[in-house]
Amino acid sequence: MLNFMLQLALLCITISMGILVYRVIKGPSIPDRVVALDAIGTNLICMIAVLSILLDTSMFLEVILLIGILSFTGTVAFSKFLEKGEIIENERDL
Amino acid sequence: MKTKTNDLILQTVTKVATFVIVLFSIHIFFAGHYTPGGGFIGGLMTSSAIILLLLAFDLKTVKAILPINYLLLVAVGLVFSVGTGVGALFFDAPFLTHAFQYFDLPLFGHTSLHTAVLFDTGVYLVVIGVTMTIIQTIGESE
Repeated sequence: MLNFMLQLALLCITISMGILVYRVIKGPSIPDRVVALDAIGTNLICMIAVLSILLDTSMFLEVILLIGILSFTGTVAFSKFLEKGEIIENERDL
Repeated sequence: MKTKTNDLILQTVTKVATFVIVLFSIHIFFAGHYTPGGGFIGGLMTSSAIILLLLAFDLKTVKAILPINYLLLVAVGLVFSVGTGVGALFFDAPFLTHAFQYFDLPLFGHTSLHTAVLFDTGVYLVVIGVTMTIIQTIGESE
């Protein structure tokens, strides 16, 4: 029963990721695509959590934190590029 | 009209998140012997924390916070790794032979100390040095 529920959850996450991929391809503006990519990262975290229950192992738990950190850094870098035009400034003008 | 930008939220979040990321990277570095992790991914996570600082602040501020010459860090890491290998030669063992021993430490209890950790420290330092050198060199060029 639990296995079936977990596989159903995986299917639902896959469908939502498919819809997000549609938004990444179609999205009229670049911020739309950035938000969709961030949401795909979050869905990937959920997928790994469900998968680690399904495979009955705790070895994937580091990957969850890792993807969270990387997706946060990537989104911040993208949004800074969209706002200021450069990602790492030499000297900030206050 | 272009308004003045304000990074208050990003900078406040960065001040908290950097410590969490560095702690996680240290955990993943020391857990590498028995669970997934190790020097490579730990070094990447530490440099990711420094990159987050670079994103929220700027090159000059981060250089003031962490006055590290990253090329020197690469050299120190290589010396660590080669030194671990050469150290085995003094004990009549082949190059890169590792040794381990169980110790009863006051705070950690029954712990096994392994010389592979020293080799991994070298890997850790080299990964941080190489990543930060690449990113700072690209960031500095106008």
